Amino acid sequence: MVLMKMKFNFQKRVKLAQGLWLLSWIACVCGAITFTLGVFLKTELRRRSEVMDNTEIHAVPNTLMMVGLASMGINIFAGRICQDALDPSRFPRWRSFLQPYFAVAVFFTLLMLVAVIMSYAMKGNLEASLKIGLKNGIRFYKDTDTPGRCFQKQTIDRLQMEFQCCGNTDFRDWFEVQWISNRYLDFSSKEVKDRIKSNVDGRYLVDGVPFSCCNPSSPRPCIQHRLTNNSAHYNYEYQTEELNLYTRGCREALVNYYMGLMNTIGAVVLSIFLVQMSVLVSLRFLETSMAAVAGQENVEIETEGYLLEKGVKETAKEFKDNVLKFLQLNQVQAAEGGEQKAEAGAAAPTS
Amino acid sequence: MALMKMKFDMKKRVKLAQGLWLMYWLAVVAGVLVFSMGLFFKIELRKRSEMMDNKESHFVPNLLILVGLVACGINTFGGKICYDSLDATKFTKWKALLKPFLISCFLFNILLFFAAFLCFTMRLSLQFTLAEGLKNSMKYYKDTDTPGRCFMKRTLDLTQIEFRCCGNNNYKDWFEIQWISNRYLDFSSKEVKDRISSNVDGKYLMDGVPFSCCNPSSPRPCIQYQMTNNSAHYSYDHHTEELNIWMRGCKDALLSYYGGMMNTIGALVLLVNLLEVAVMVGLQYVNTSLSTLVNPEDPESESEGWLLEKTVKETFTDLMEKMKSLGKNNQVEEGGEEQGVATVS
Repeated sequence: MVLMKMKFNFQKRVKLAQGLWLLSWIACVCGAITFTLGVFLKTELRRRSEVMDNTEIHAVPNTLMMVGLASMGINIFAGRICQDALDPSRFPRWRSFLQPYFAVAVFFTLLMLVAVIMSYAMKGNLEASLKIGLKNGIRFYKDTDTPGRCFQKQTIDRLQMEFQCCGNTDFRDWFEVQWISNRYLDFSSKEVKDRIKSNVDGRYLVDGVPFSCCNPSSPRPCIQHRLTNNSAHYNYEYQTEELNLYTRGCREALVNYYMGLMNTIGAVVLSIFLVQMSVLVSLRFLETSMAAVAGQENVEIETEGYLLEKGVKETAKEFKDNVLKFLQLNQVQAAEGGEQKAEAGAAAPTS
Repeated sequence: MALMKMKFDMKKRVKLAQGLWLMYWLAVVAGVLVFSMGLFFKIELRKRSEMMDNKESHFVPNLLILVGLVACGINTFGGKICYDSLDATKFTKWKALLKPFLISCFLFNILLFFAAFLCFTMRLSLQFTLAEGLKNSMKYYKDTDTPGRCFMKRTLDLTQIEFRCCGNNNYKDWFEIQWISNRYLDFSSKEVKDRISSNVDGKYLMDGVPFSCCNPSSPRPCIQYQMTNNSAHYSYDHHTEELNIWMRGCKDALLSYYGGMMNTIGALVLLVNLLEVAVMVGLQYVNTSLSTLVNPEDPESESEGWLLEKTVKETFTDLMEKMKSLGKNNQVEEGGEEQGVATVS
C-alpha cells in the first residue's frame, strides 16, 4: 500500500526540481539561523552561569547548534541532488546514497522538534539550578576577600539592578544571611555584640538589604536598613510599602527571562522545522519519480512519485530488520572469525 | 590647458561607466547609513533630554538626516545617468542636465564636509547644556510629587546607575542641595530642626548621597550617609576610600559618551564625503569623455576626458566675468527701460 502516490509528468518534475533547489537554499539559510540562535542562547546562559548550579540546561542550545549545522549540510546535499536530478546520466550515482541520507535527515529534523520540547520540559530543571545558585550567591556575598568568591558581591549587585529583583524568592532572604563582612563590623561595639549573641550560629543578621535592591521609582530615598521597624523611619509602614524595594525575587525574574527567550526561539525553530520537512518530502517525491525514469529511452514520460513504497508499519519493520541484519551480520562474522582463530590455535599445538 | 586630461577608448569608457554605477549604489547605501546615524543620534539626544536644559539644539542630527536623504536621491539619479551613458541615444537626453547636476553635487559635497565638521565641534555646546541640565535635575530630584517633575528622581537614579557616575562634577554636589523631600522629614525631631536652622535657606542638607551613587565593585556594603564622618563607620577613611561610590561626575560621563558617538559619526561622514567626491569626479570624466568623441558618428572612437576645461585659475576668472556681465546686463536693461519710459512720457 503505497503512501501518498502522486502522478508527475515531465513539466511537473522540472518545476519540482527547480522549486526544490530554491527551497533548499532557503532551508540552508534557516539552518544557519538555527545555529545562530543556539549560539545566542548559550551565550546568554553562560553570562549568568555564576548563579546557576549546574549546566544541564545547556543541552538545549547545544542541540540547537548541532541541528543547525546538520541542517545546513542536509540542505546543501539536497540542492546538489536536485541539480543533478533532471540529468538522467548524473542522477543514478546518487541512488545508493539516498536511503541512508533520508534516515539521517529525518533523524536530525526530528531532533529539532525534540530541542523545542526540551526547552519547555527543562523549566523545572532551570528553576532548581537557579535556586541553589542564587542561595550560594547570597551566602557568599560578603566574602569579597576570599579568592574565587571575591566577585560574588559585584555579580549579585549587578544582577539585582539589571533584572530589578531582590533576593532568591524575595527580599526577606537577605534577613537570614550575614551579608556584611566581619572586616567591617566593630566587635567592640555593644550593638554588634548583642546581635551576634542573640544568634545561635554567631552571625550578624540584620533586617536590611543591600543597596542594589533599591527601586529607583520610589518617591522617597531608599530605606535599606531596619526595614521591619516602622518607628525607625518617618511616615513609613513596612506592610504597605511596595515601591521602596524590588518586590520580585531574582529566581522568578531569571526564569521568566529565559523562558521568554526560549519561547521566541522555539517558535522560530518550529517554523524552520516545517520548512525542513517540506524540503525532505519534496526531495523524496523527486527521487521516486525520477527513479521510474531511469533506464527508459524517453525521458519525458509520466511517472509516479510516492513517499513510502509500502505502508508506514511495513517500512518501519523493514528498516528495523535492515539495521538488525547489519548488526547481526557483524556478530556472525565475529563469531566465525573467533571459530577460525580457535581452529588455527588448536591446529598449531597439534602439528 | 585642461586639468588632468586622460585619453579614453571604448573599452575604458565602458569600464568607467560600469565601475561608477557600482560605486553609485555603494554611495546610496552610504546615504542610508548617514540618515540612520542621524536618526540614532537624534533618538539618543531625546532619551536624555531631561538631563539637558531646554535650549539643546538638534541642529546636527537634523542636518545629518537631511543630508542622508539628499545623498540617496543624488546618488540614485547619478546611477541612472551612469547606466544610460553606455547607450548613446539614451545619454543625449541627460546631456543638458549634467552640468547643473555636477555643480549641485559639488555644493552638496561642501555641505557634507560642513556637517562632518559640525559633528566634531558640537561637543563644546553640549558641555554647557549638560552642566546646566544636570544642575536642574539634581535640584528637582526631591520633587516626586510635583507634576511634570515627578520622574526626575527615577531618571537621575537610572542615569547614575547606567553611566556609573555621581552628581554633576562629583559626588560633593549632593551635599549642597536638599535631595530628601520634606514629606519624609520628621519636623518634630531635634536632629531635623537643628539641621534646618543651621542653614541660611532653611534647607535640609546632609553629607549623604542617593543609593544610585553606590559602586557594586566595593568590597564593603555601601556607605551613603555620614560620608565625611570617619568615626560613624568602622574602619573607614573618607579621604582614601575610592571604591565606595562612583568618583566620576555625570557631566564628564555623559560628555564622553556623546563625544565618542559624535567622533565616530563625524569620521564616517568624512568617509562618505570622500566617496561622494570620487563619484563626482568619475561622473565628470564620463560626461567629458562622451562629449568629445573624435568621430561623432562612430561610438567606438577615442575621446578625451578632463576634470576642468581650463585650469583652476582660468575657470575661476571665467566665473567671475560671467557673474559681472550678468550684473551689467541687468543694469543696462534697467537703463534702457528708463529711457524708454522717459521717451514715452
